Amino acid sequence: MIRSGTKGRILDVIFSSATKICAISVFLIIVAIMVALFAGAWPALKKFGLSFIFSAEWNPVTEQFGALVAIYGTVVTSIIAMLIGVPVSFGIAIFITELCPSWLKQPIATAIELLAAIPSIIYGMWGLFVFAPFFADHIEPWISSTLGNLPIIGPLFSGPPLGIGVLTAGIILGIMVIPFMASVFRDLFEVVPPVLKESAYGIGATTWEVIKKIVLPYTKVGVVGAIMLGLGRALGETMAVTFVIGNADRLETSLLMPGNTISSSLANQFTEAVGEIYTSSLIALGLILFFLTFLVLALAKYLLIRLTLKEGVRT
Amino acid sequence: MKKTLIIFLMLMTAMFGLGTGPVVAGKVKAISGAGATFPYPVYAKWAAAYYKLTGIKLNYQSIGSGGGIKQIKAKTVDFGASDAPLKPEQLDKWGLMQFPMIMGGVVPVVNLPGVKPGQLRLSNETLADIYLGKIRKWNDPAIQKDNPGMALPSKIITVVHRADGSGTTWIFTNFLCKVSEEWKKKVGNAKSVAWPTGIGGKGNEGVASYVKRIPGSIGYVEYAYALQNRLIYLKLKNRAGAYVEPNIDTFQAAAANADWAGAKGFYVVLTDQPGKDSWPITGASFILMHKIQDKPEVAKAVLTFFDWCYKNGQEMAKKLDYVPMPENVVELVEKAWATEIKDKSGNPIWP
Repeated sequence: MIRSGTKGRILDVIFSSATKICAISVFLIIVAIMVALFAGAWPALKKFGLSFIFSAEWNPVTEQFGALVAIYGTVVTSIIAMLIGVPVSFGIAIFITELCPSWLKQPIATAIELLAAIPSIIYGMWGLFVFAPFFADHIEPWISSTLGNLPIIGPLFSGPPLGIGVLTAGIILGIMVIPFMASVFRDLFEVVPPVLKESAYGIGATTWEVIKKIVLPYTKVGVVGAIMLGLGRALGETMAVTFVIGNADRLETSLLMPGNTISSSLANQFTEAVGEIYTSSLIALGLILFFLTFLVLALAKYLLIRLTLKEGVRT
Repeated sequence: MKKTLIIFLMLMTAMFGLGTGPVVAGKVKAISGAGATFPYPVYAKWAAAYYKLTGIKLNYQSIGSGGGIKQIKAKTVDFGASDAPLKPEQLDKWGLMQFPMIMGGVVPVVNLPGVKPGQLRLSNETLADIYLGKIRKWNDPAIQKDNPGMALPSKIITVVHRADGSGTTWIFTNFLCKVSEEWKKKVGNAKSVAWPTGIGGKGNEGVASYVKRIPGSIGYVEYAYALQNRLIYLKLKNRAGAYVEPNIDTFQAAAANADWAGAKGFYVVLTDQPGKDSWPITGASFILMHKIQDKPEVAKAVLTFFDWCYKNGQEMAKKLDYVPMPENVVELVEKAWATEIKDKSGNPIWP
């Protein structure tokens, strides 16, 4: 039923202002979070200045705090997660959309969605009780006896096989981001018009060429977005990492040794943090994580702009 | 729009205004507390039994000692709970008094194939050196010296500690400070410290699962966790030079030998106590209350509850592997209630 006259117009105004309020509230919330984080972090930032970012010391007893260990752990675990997650999700999505027999499509898609629905603490427990022991007994000795002896990258892969550490955390994170990225990739690849792909196949392109020349260029904006979504999740993931990273506030060269991430430090230490500087340093960690995620998003936007520019040149 | 806003504001004030125990016609229906996680199981058990008996409900949030101290300072709860005692000057500054409620022991546990509970013995200095990262292998001469004739493997020692800030760590590092000058200088005593070596597990259960999982590891957990998870606990050498096993008797011996009467504000740390039966890493969990009470009837209800716990809760505590306070300490505590906790006009609330 269509309402007529002023009543309809009023409803319209109400509707549009309601949606506007919803949209603006996002900005307000972001600004409020920023302000709160900044205010909370101020005592620590004032005391330590820039050295807060570069100091690897985290000592609640002497109240000397630096974020380097947590930043390093956060970044490194996320990079490992991306190195594993992106190719695998890509493979999954391509297989489902291009190669998979149609009777297998739905079961795989459902399995991916189920993986995405598993709470992160379950990943953490699985990581600690199942994956870490397996990793310690079977994979890590092999890694340290082969990769560990290589020049340059050797130190990254040496050390006792604890099963718990930065590498384990990265792998678990990788597994966690796969369902997210894979299902977005799949949705993206599915909207590529069949006409385009069929024309390419028609002129004799291989599957790989179709993916590279047709599917990817058509979906690149979404692909970058999906990768950033996965990276965002990897950067901020807390519980699963806390379980398997070893929570040691020391800088170790080896990826097999324990480390710490920003969100896991926060989860571990916030409840019992006493004293202004300690609490404030933890909030400052949160602020840094906020900026890191912001940086990732900005980088994604920049990449997209560059991609679109290039496109214009080529045609 | 305005109307909903007003209703919303009213709701908010109602929610926050009733943060502390609601009083219905002079009769207290509920009391609230917040803080330490370590005593939470026993407080919950006491509260359930007390509720059945009296209809008074205890709402205890186990958010950690740090949070408990913050909340009692802000008066959003009727009592706070902390695993580490506050210093007398802190108590004075914030107008609080504290008393010990329940005790427990911190127990080093190991994972060494073939070693049975209570078989391996460590002296204090050796334990400190392991946690300092100076002793790295199980067949180190220092460990061998504590265990003459025992075959020790040449396994690497993996040190496990708490990743989260905790009263357990406070008690453990307090002990290490007392027995090792180097620990005191390099690391110190706090709820979380800059560990020289090792990996961190979240919570007692985190440490327990790491120790269970990693052969050659050593960790420290609350006694109850060591028992429930069937971990291999150690014998430690106490101040009197005797090797003792952790159990309720040795914890109680440590408490009985402590000088509660002479300690201002019950600031007693039960680590490294004298007596040949004393377990060296024992600790008490404390309750914090304001000295001047705005709502005397609520304070009275809180004290009545704790009095009931002291007198009737002992068996329940022991069943959960906690150690109840000895009677002479309870007497001292109740005397302190009578002299220190008052209403606004200065009248004592207890008894």
